[in-house]
Amino acid sequence: MSKVTMDHAGASDVFNADEPYVNWHDETLWFVRHKRDKSSKMLPEWEELRTTASSIKHYVLSHLDTLLESFEAKAKENGVHVHWASNAAEHNEIVLGLLRKHKIDQMVKSKSMLTEECHMNEFLIKNGIDVIDTDLGERIVQLRNEPPSHIVLPAIHLKKQDIGDLFHEHLGTEAGATDPQYLTEAARQHLRDKFLTRRAALTGVNFAIAETGGFVVSTNEGNADMGAHLADIHIACMGFEKIIPRQEHLGVFLRLLARSATGQPITTYSSHFKKPREGQEMHIVIVDNGRSTQLGREDFRNSLKCIRCGACMNTCPVYRRSGGHSYHNAVAGPIGSILAPNLDMSKNADLPFASTLCGSCSNVCPVKIDIHDQLYKWRQVLVKAGHVPGGKKAGITAMSTVLSQPRFYQWSGRIGRSVMRAVPFMVNNGLNPWYKQREMPEPPKESFRDWYVKNRK
Amino acid sequence: MKYSHLKIGLFIPCYVDQFYPQVGIATLELLEKLGCNVGFPLNQTCCGQPMANSGFEHLTNGCNTLFMNSFGEFDYIVSPSGSCVLHIKDHLKVEGKPTESKEVRKKVYELVEFITDVLKIDFIQADFPHRVGLHQGCHGQRGLHLAQMSELNAEPFSKPETLLRNVKGLELVELDRKDECCGFGGTFCVSEEAVSVKMGKDRVADHIRHDAEYITGSDMSCLMHLEGILRRKNSEVQVKHIAEILNNALPALA
Repeated sequence: MSKVTMDHAGASDVFNADEPYVNWHDETLWFVRHKRDKSSKMLPEWEELRTTASSIKHYVLSHLDTLLESFEAKAKENGVHVHWASNAAEHNEIVLGLLRKHKIDQMVKSKSMLTEECHMNEFLIKNGIDVIDTDLGERIVQLRNEPPSHIVLPAIHLKKQDIGDLFHEHLGTEAGATDPQYLTEAARQHLRDKFLTRRAALTGVNFAIAETGGFVVSTNEGNADMGAHLADIHIACMGFEKIIPRQEHLGVFLRLLARSATGQPITTYSSHFKKPREGQEMHIVIVDNGRSTQLGREDFRNSLKCIRCGACMNTCPVYRRSGGHSYHNAVAGPIGSILAPNLDMSKNADLPFASTLCGSCSNVCPVKIDIHDQLYKWRQVLVKAGHVPGGKKAGITAMSTVLSQPRFYQWSGRIGRSVMRAVPFMVNNGLNPWYKQREMPEPPKESFRDWYVKNRK
Repeated sequence: MKYSHLKIGLFIPCYVDQFYPQVGIATLELLEKLGCNVGFPLNQTCCGQPMANSGFEHLTNGCNTLFMNSFGEFDYIVSPSGSCVLHIKDHLKVEGKPTESKEVRKKVYELVEFITDVLKIDFIQADFPHRVGLHQGCHGQRGLHLAQMSELNAEPFSKPETLLRNVKGLELVELDRKDECCGFGGTFCVSEEAVSVKMGKDRVADHIRHDAEYITGSDMSCLMHLEGILRRKNSEVQVKHIAEILNNALPALA
């Protein structure tokens, strides 16, 4: 379901062609950020919770080996099958193998960003499996044949009218319908049938508990439960960083997750899974897919603390004005921009530059990932690895040469300002991206230094 | 003049030097009025941030060396730009001189925090009878903690607001989004032109919606970007660096 890939700046340019739409997108996500603010400010211990969550995840990242082994042992004791996948392809093969073994060619799936990351749906569909996304937003984007634009709010880029048209086409609702209640009911009936007839259900994992071998899935729609409880086989897929040491740590993370994501005190459903019911098979697939590489990058390992709340997207002034698809990665926004280069540097080299480094992302992060500092650090890594356009390299090198020599700098400034005054079209033209929608500063006759030498020396 | 024993180095960022000399002059005059002994080293150029934020930190040694040679001798280094100051504070490293680099990083201050935290002054005799919107530059606010950040569950404060509220006649306008980024972002303003401009337009609209006559801030780079947008739309609203307002003891300016 990948679209034609354009770099972030190019895709943002297209996104910004419709300004009223951008305003709506910005306001919609700002509203979510605002709800997050209100909700977090109702807890006096909010900042302490963030620090605690960050410390627990810090511990997790330095004890992954033992925690994962303990989780596996406990899960097996509980009668759960545990599989290990070192990359996306292995993960997808494991899921396909399980379905084939049970002669199943239809599956329901609740939200799992990991399966997006692994492009599992495309793979399974290619292999004859009919995969139905059961999260409403995910189902909407699936019907549109496009990826989610947000990890928590997959269809946030769409308006009610878009959904009405889509459901009219696919679910037979009345043409032009925009009533959310009516449209949701139609989706509900459509999905109800899928839940009742599918023998396999795949879910994500929000938290896997090393102490018990159990795991927790957070949803607002109960779709993970509907799928898992009705199916003969439940497959839960998780990136290995989803592990937490103890059951009691849920008291920290579940309080942070939904408040950060949407401002709700907790998601409508926090479903605790531990062992298969009578006659059911339960499988857990633990996936690496580049995570051990990221763990080995000292500057970037903290990115694995992420609990996928999406708060950094909602607060990001760039995300709100460029949309999730502009990041051409399963996880968009600031967190996506520090995760994606680890997966493919050359494909995602533009993403760490899609930020003003304003720092709001790091402030809302419930596990205190230093997102904006990592964006800065990725820029250094990407440039050193040669993933930067030649023109930019030449420009910055020239800039550095000028700024490293005071006389050269003073001379260039003087010439530049004279040119701007005498022949303004030299800079006020279509080749200057600044000038496209902004006036250049008025060039003064003398610089501050000129003034200082004249008046104070 | 109890501060006159301190040697203050005035750091005027390259774009302020070239395009906004009046901001440099206001900063210098203001510091002198407050009793400081200020020097302006003539060989300074740039903090190196344009290169570093573009991923070329390895090309900043020339700028770093110039900066250290220019300012090493001073007790404090003061600049009317939060962003450049934050860059120096976080990233200045001269090859082979780790200790001296650290010393420089420790003594660099943005103008407002220097006034409120080092000089411990929160009242300045100034006059500016206008409705003013304060634009919080992100690097000054989130990086240097010039003001509390709306994302955190923590006590509000604002160093620039404290100074501005004490300016005679000045009326601060409330904004809908008091600490949203303006979208300048260094080279971001050209490499991501569409988003940068949209962010700037939205900031400007917030100030205009609340009837600001002036937009001020302690970071001229944000103001340069906002000014470019205001002038393109022929707006009456003007930008003024906070140093210009605080240095304005006369009845009216501009």
